[in-house]
Amino acid sequence: MAMIEIQELTKRFGTKTAVDGFSLTVEPGEVFGLLGPNGAGKSTLIKMLTTLLPASSGRATIAGCEVGRQSAGVQRRIGYVPQALSVDGTLTGYENLLILAKLYGVPRRQRLDRIHAALNYVGLDTVANRLVNTYSGGMIRRLEMAQATLHRPPVLFLDEPTVGLDPVARKTMWDLILQLRRDYQTTVFLTTHFMEEADVLCDRIAMLYNGQQVAMGTPAALKATVPHPEATMDDVFIHYTRNLLTTDNEGSYRDTSTTRRTAQRLG
Amino acid sequence: MTRQLHDAPLNDWANRGRVTAPVEDFIAKALVAAELEVRKLRHDPVQLFTRAVQPVLWLTIFGQVFTQVRGIPTGNLSYIDFMTPGILAQSVLFMSIFTGLLVIWEKDLGILHKLMVSPAPKPALVLGKAIGAGVRCLSQLLIIYIVAALMGVAINWSPLAMLGVALVVMLGAALFSTFSLIVACWAQTHERVMGVGQLMMMPLFFASNAIYPISIMPAWLQVVSQLNPLTYMVDALRNLMLVEPAGSYSLGLSVSILVSVAAVLIAFCGRLYPRLVR
Repeated sequence: MAMIEIQELTKRFGTKTAVDGFSLTVEPGEVFGLLGPNGAGKSTLIKMLTTLLPASSGRATIAGCEVGRQSAGVQRRIGYVPQALSVDGTLTGYENLLILAKLYGVPRRQRLDRIHAALNYVGLDTVANRLVNTYSGGMIRRLEMAQATLHRPPVLFLDEPTVGLDPVARKTMWDLILQLRRDYQTTVFLTTHFMEEADVLCDRIAMLYNGQQVAMGTPAALKATVPHPEATMDDVFIHYTRNLLTTDNEGSYRDTSTTRRTAQRLG
Repeated sequence: MTRQLHDAPLNDWANRGRVTAPVEDFIAKALVAAELEVRKLRHDPVQLFTRAVQPVLWLTIFGQVFTQVRGIPTGNLSYIDFMTPGILAQSVLFMSIFTGLLVIWEKDLGILHKLMVSPAPKPALVLGKAIGAGVRCLSQLLIIYIVAALMGVAINWSPLAMLGVALVVMLGAALFSTFSLIVACWAQTHERVMGVGQLMMMPLFFASNAIYPISIMPAWLQVVSQLNPLTYMVDALRNLMLVEPAGSYSLGLSVSILVSVAAVLIAFCGRLYPRLVR
């Protein structure tokens, strides 16, 4: 059974089509990357898949549950780390996880063990009782990973997981993502602006441009489509989004300000 | 980073379906959402005391002056006794009407997104916020009781009456904070929520029985006041808080009106709530 199955998913805002007939199948244990310039529709797509935004047409199934019809089922089966910060700075790391465990209905007897195991897994067990607003950017992201995987979802959505992190923290996040896949066969669907990240982490990549899928394949296959002998993922990105500067992207201001704010908070 | 495998199988409870009844689940989730608010408050309790300055000023300055003036007909009741429940209701109103600001802040941060993708019913999240706002307002209750006692207000100290006052305070806070959340769902930005809050708080306060009886108002304002939920909150408090119950309506009527309005607002807000993260 495919973990994520998307058929002709479309989202229209008034006359603007933010995501236009997107289709995709992601297998269990796959790390899938979604690339594209700001305003290309990445966030809209992820919001539809995580049940935050209803689709205009098309359908999507996650771990066997149909988005829109079986929202509660989808919600139990996914973890989501939004681009903006999703942990509360005025609570301790432990408290953040405790609230989430209760909201997801983790059985009372397992709650403590699970929280401590999750904190241990991301290397935050020693700072569990510190307020999150004293954490570094990398620690916050790792706590968010612990939070999003506490109910052990088979599918994990990460919206720009390493934005604003220093190279060491970024590398730690990459290791954590791969470790989750190795230990739990977690399927990961992520968006990123770091081409190196996409290259290192992702089994397959889709490029989104003006709401449409313009390319899809393994990093190696995508690089091979670029007429340039030693092409990097950067070249691939530029190749497929070359005329970006001539188009206007609605929503870019909001995206940019969210990204900058997030980067500022984590940095 | 140490690795420790969790002992439980992958997402084992995801397939158990409904183990609890929907109503039970709803209440449980609302209490978790409320626990979140209370825990946040516990780490930063200073705000509770700064918020208490305003009602204390109303009681000590406005209250004392108007008690001397005797310009407002309050029957056998001294004016300070009359206005104390009104000022308590006012402080609850003023604190709750800006709850929408907090939720916009949480939306901008991203905290709201993680709550929205959880399987908790959205109206339960709203109810949790409303209960949280109620707990916040209980601190006002404590301070107003102390100040009122010092000023010689004839307070009913029976524990049952005080419990009743606390429940009415929480009910009022739930009602006005949910109203503010609804505004936030529409307005989406700090500035607009702030603007609507400012716009609403003075008319809600003055077009009510908080600091003068409805009977002295012009006819049109009497109609507005009778449609204003704050009137029923104040009236319920007048029945519960004072030695001589001084409400114009029965306690049952006032509480029923508050409960119904709050329930409708929470259900409505639960439907709008997902808009905040779209």
